[in-house]
Amino acid sequence: MLGNFLSLALVRASIRMATPLTLAALGGTVTMQAGILNIALEGMMLAAAFFAVAASHFFANAWLGLLAGVVAATLIGLLYAFFVVDLKGDTFVIGIALNIFAAGGTVYLLRSMFGVKGAFVSDRIRTLPDISIGLANVSGPIAEVLDGYSILTYVSWALVLAFSILFYRTAFGLRLRAAGEHPVALETVGVSTRRMRYLAYLGSGILCGLGGAHLSLGYLNQFAENMVAGRGFIALAATIFGQGRPLPVFLACVLFGAADSVAIRFQSLGIPPQFALMTPYVVTTLALWLVSRPRAPRVKEATAHMSTKEADAA
Amino acid sequence: MPGMTDPERVVEMEGITKQFPGVLANDHVDFAAFRGRVHALVGENGAGKTTLMSILYGLTRPDEGTIRVRGRAVSFSSARDAIACGIGMVHQHFMLVPSYTVAENIILGQEPTRRRLFLDMQTARERVRELSDRYGLAVDPDARIRDLSVGTRQRVEILKLLYRGLDILILDEPTAVLTPQETQGLFTTVRALAEDGRTIIFITHKLPEVLAVSDQVTVLRRGRVVGNVRTTDVTMKDLATMMVGREISLTVDRTPAAPRGEVLALRGVTAIDNRGVSALKGVTLEVRAGEIVTIAGVEGNGQTELAEVIAGLRPLASGQILIDGHDASRLPPRKRRELGLGFIPEDRMKTGLALEASVEENFIIGRHHSEPFSRRGRLNFRRIREHALELIRDYDVRTPGAQVPAKTLSGGNLQKAVVAREFSRGAKLYVVAQPTRGVDIGSLEFIHRRIVEMRERGAGILLISTDLDEVFSLSDRILVMYGGEITGEFRPDATSREEIGLYMTGTKRMNMRRSTTGVA
Ligand SMILES: Nc1ncnc2c1ncn2[C@@H]1O[C@H](COP(=O)(O)OP(=O)(O)OP(=O)(O)O)[C@@H](O)[C@H]1O
Ligand SMILES: [Mg+2]
Repeated sequence: MLGNFLSLALVRASIRMATPLTLAALGGTVTMQAGILNIALEGMMLAAAFFAVAASHFFANAWLGLLAGVVAATLIGLLYAFFVVDLKGDTFVIGIALNIFAAGGTVYLLRSMFGVKGAFVSDRIRTLPDISIGLANVSGPIAEVLDGYSILTYVSWALVLAFSILFYRTAFGLRLRAAGEHPVALETVGVSTRRMRYLAYLGSGILCGLGGAHLSLGYLNQFAENMVAGRGFIALAATIFGQGRPLPVFLACVLFGAADSVAIRFQSLGIPPQFALMTPYVVTTLALWLVSRPRAPRVKEATAHMSTKEADAA
Repeated sequence: MPGMTDPERVVEMEGITKQFPGVLANDHVDFAAFRGRVHALVGENGAGKTTLMSILYGLTRPDEGTIRVRGRAVSFSSARDAIACGIGMVHQHFMLVPSYTVAENIILGQEPTRRRLFLDMQTARERVRELSDRYGLAVDPDARIRDLSVGTRQRVEILKLLYRGLDILILDEPTAVLTPQETQGLFTTVRALAEDGRTIIFITHKLPEVLAVSDQVTVLRRGRVVGNVRTTDVTMKDLATMMVGREISLTVDRTPAAPRGEVLALRGVTAIDNRGVSALKGVTLEVRAGEIVTIAGVEGNGQTELAEVIAGLRPLASGQILIDGHDASRLPPRKRRELGLGFIPEDRMKTGLALEASVEENFIIGRHHSEPFSRRGRLNFRRIREHALELIRDYDVRTPGAQVPAKTLSGGNLQKAVVAREFSRGAKLYVVAQPTRGVDIGSLEFIHRRIVEMRERGAGILLISTDLDEVFSLSDRILVMYGGEITGEFRPDATSREEIGLYMTGTKRMNMRRSTTGVA
């Protein structure tokens, strides 16, 4: 039974589940590097999931769906940036408001645009293609594990690498991290912290857009009310768990993705679904509890610097 | 000097006015600086020096006034504009990213890159080495800022400006945190930079420094220019009088100490620093009620850790600490304060105050939970306000009000706020670290008098200072700390600065094995 439990299907499911988490968590990572805790990952993903399905349905084209999803999440990100960076709003309050806005807004649009409650399915919706990375002929376990996922899965892996380089090997990364750690210092060498933060929100929006679109077009092929179901927050947890470093964040996402697919497997083993479905959240909570202490101060420090700066600039 | 052509006026500021809520920080200020000259800017805490310079550096917008740089009218909306005009500033509170290396901090904002994207750290390191060799500013490009002493951090700040090729350099109280040796080094650098044709604006509270390093002095008082003279035409007394508007006595009157019972005892105290390196290697000392014991030493020889260990902010590795006869070795800070400890930490921004909180809130920190400020868990706001107004008056803290956030206070006023809070508690023992850093001479005189007054009221005082003037004018006993150990004990009237200097640099040491109680 154990062998059956740890089947290839389970591993593949974990990797699949990790994809939207990874994309959104990279979004959280970009903002965290700039000294912002992005609470709205959830809302951005949800908006992206909805608009991806809607556009895919209208144009019968998955790519236009993906684009619509990214645009929707990016707009929310820029709205977030405007409220927090320019109007000096509280990141938590604005973030929670945007999450509620996205939850309510998508339900409203679901009814007014498609006249349905709960979920929207249509045979016009095109899904994102699964692709082969050329391992298919190389039979064996590696190919079985790594080949044939949605294109966004491979994109997410490439992005983990790209962001590691971006943060630690480029001039842009040096400035972005300085915006997080000591914004006033960045300001005094003539780089606009505001600009860096806007760019961070922009990047976060694009990444959450990809993550959200992947949820609705990657394997489910539909939009359901509240379909993100806390994955944005799990992604945020992964961001915090990995302390804003792309590779550890990715590993956390794989762990949480595995918890997600195990939850589904538990159900098939007859464990009451109420308990089974708790698995990812329990794992996330435990993981966060384990690492919570070292991370907490830095975000606080970043906010403190931010307000010192405001005083200086006033 | 008649006959000489006037050097080029590179900076001209005219009629600069800046109003902050409740304070007129600059009131029609005129200021000019010349190529190849060092220009000192002096004035009391809150006189508006930093404000004037942040206006020149584009960080603050003036309400009125014009600025010309090399004859051209400019209007800066950010530091970027000022940098483009060749203006750079070393801030009163350093602007370095702590987790970054020296080289990363220096290049930040103007990074050398490969293929216009990737950081070229190799080139960065070479440029840093080159500049540091040329101006004798020794730094290790790969060291992390958080591991460096303040003196080194300051060299990094100056290198940052030189790397950018800037030629108008503003140094805001650059010597406040330096040791005498480091200050000498800085002066050499400053003179060399001026000789190179750069313009240097130097803010300081120390009048001997003004005389030693500057060519021209501008004095501000309460936002106005009250004097603009050639350095060769003035004496220290003139400057002091101009700054404060009254005569200042540069020494403290005091009676001999009459020490009584022991209020602090350390026995073989050891501790490690943030990097895990041994910082205190068996410190044994006593402070008695009614005496001022000074720890003299070059910054970074364990004084910071010593203060933290006594305050309960850093764990002991071994040894024992007795406060007023009670074993406090393992007690949390609050318990130690209840035993009668008062603490003025060296870092007012990080440890001394809660910058986001208001001035009045800062004044009750540590006592917020007890009478008269709180009763049965409820704060008594009226009493808190009265207390704050009292301290603001008694300690001459320049602030528009008790409710403004502490972060809006000028550097010296932040320091006065910490001193006010601690000295108003009436403790039995005070650990006082660098109490007059960045404080103007009027306030320095005031704080020194308060310290002596605390002693006269029977408190024991452990003063930690790197400033030998301070050490000699206040101490009843001097202990020298070097490499985490007490290496000498002196009476101020039976020793000299030179001798203390030899102990401070580790050239000489006494055998201090026994636990001493004063010089017999
Ligand atoms: N951002 C701000 N908001 C409100 N008030 C401010 C602000 N910055 C400075 N001030 C006030 O303006 C006045 C001048 O401050 P400034 O920092 O220029 O003094 P300073 O001469 O540099 O003093 P110090 O020697 O203590 O550093 C002070 O009263 C200060 O409280
Ligand atoms: Mg100042």
